[in-house]
Amino acid sequence: MVAIIDYGAGNTKSLQFALERLGASHILTSDAEIIKQAERVIFPGQGAAGSAMTKLIDTGLDQLIPTLKQPLLGICLGMQLLCEYSEEGGVEGLGIIKGSVKRFGGTVKVPQMGWNSIYDPKSPLFEGINEGDFMYLVHSYYVPLCKETVAISHYNGPYSVALQKANFYGVQFHPEKSSLKGQLLLQNFLKLPA
Amino acid sequence: MLTKRIIPCLDIKDGRTVKGVNFVNLRDAGDPVALAAQYAQEQADELVFLDISATEQKRKTLANLVLRVAAAIDIPFTVGGGISTIEDVAILLKNGADKVSVNSAAVKNPKLIDALAEQFGSQCIVVAIDAKQIEGQWKVHLVGGKEPTDRDLFEWAKEVEQRGAGELLFTSMDHDGTKQGFANEALARLSVETNLPVIASGGAGNISHFSEAFTIGKADAALAASVFHFGEIAIPELKNKLKQQQIAVRIDK
Repeated sequence: MVAIIDYGAGNTKSLQFALERLGASHILTSDAEIIKQAERVIFPGQGAAGSAMTKLIDTGLDQLIPTLKQPLLGICLGMQLLCEYSEEGGVEGLGIIKGSVKRFGGTVKVPQMGWNSIYDPKSPLFEGINEGDFMYLVHSYYVPLCKETVAISHYNGPYSVALQKANFYGVQFHPEKSSLKGQLLLQNFLKLPA
Repeated sequence: MLTKRIIPCLDIKDGRTVKGVNFVNLRDAGDPVALAAQYAQEQADELVFLDISATEQKRKTLANLVLRVAAAIDIPFTVGGGISTIEDVAILLKNGADKVSVNSAAVKNPKLIDALAEQFGSQCIVVAIDAKQIEGQWKVHLVGGKEPTDRDLFEWAKEVEQRGAGELLFTSMDHDGTKQGFANEALARLSVETNLPVIASGGAGNISHFSEAFTIGKADAALAASVFHFGEIAIPELKNKLKQQQIAVRIDK
């Protein structure tokens, strides 16, 4: 069973449909016990970091998430919130991964919206996904390269498009919206030893 | 690198796909879900559903369609047409739409953009702008381009950016339905005057028009309807041609 953490931050329907297409049973929940017991956890996220963190704190999920032992996949804002701090609203994240989230600057358009190629994938999440494969992204803030970076992309320079620390995985792109390659990534996540 | 997006637009009326020439005379082009799945398979990068129906059941029919589309496809899609409240947006996003586009309602009540961006995040708020030239000035038009306003296209684009829009969908009413190419000059100016991604719409007739929208018009995405629906341009061929011209596009292996 995959627990999708429900904290009112954005659209989880597409993620649920993607899991259904893969035949994975799942539940959308904010119940700490169910999340703790789940084989795997997906931590989605959309919208602003500040209001998302407020919702996590209000429900106590900010305390629970860092203690989880099973494979956890943060998606988009869910990945960013694994970090210590976000420039977006100047909020503290969950602090699982060191480092902070920054806003895209320079001459690029913000948000980055569309399909970008990924490079240097080095996590079991990316099995069968190759250098230069495309994933769909929508974001104005990014995680700079760090020691937990397990795939990079380029937008006004290189940045972390995926992170991994122990059982905590994060992807900046939306696998549920990234066609067959995204589906493969979700499939890989479902195959990680629980 | 970030690729240029190709976006088929499905005009929807009462749950069916239609496409008007200059927004009038409608022709049926099929079932939206089947068409969406076909486009996703052909590696369209995104889809736009524009609901032009005006019935009382409109909201329910559209919400239901969005759910069916989300279940069937795994590429992003935007839904627009008559969206005017936070509740309208909430139900569409909840049913699986990735983005919504607002048009007339935002012109009439610009604060709607702020409210939507605040509530749902800029990333899912597309502001669609229909404009045409009146005495050499690009003026914003309402109700599918029928009603002119005093608003200048570029001023309005800057304002919606300030208010929290995440993307612009610019349709030139002068070009829409003509198949003579996109409004590249105005498009390029939008990319200079705002820092938002811009979707070009109106005027696609052949493959060169798409490359011009990306090179001369500096657009981030190009949207078209009838050339795709009636098979005049096949998306795989279009993307291959663009790639040959060194334009970055997504071609999954």
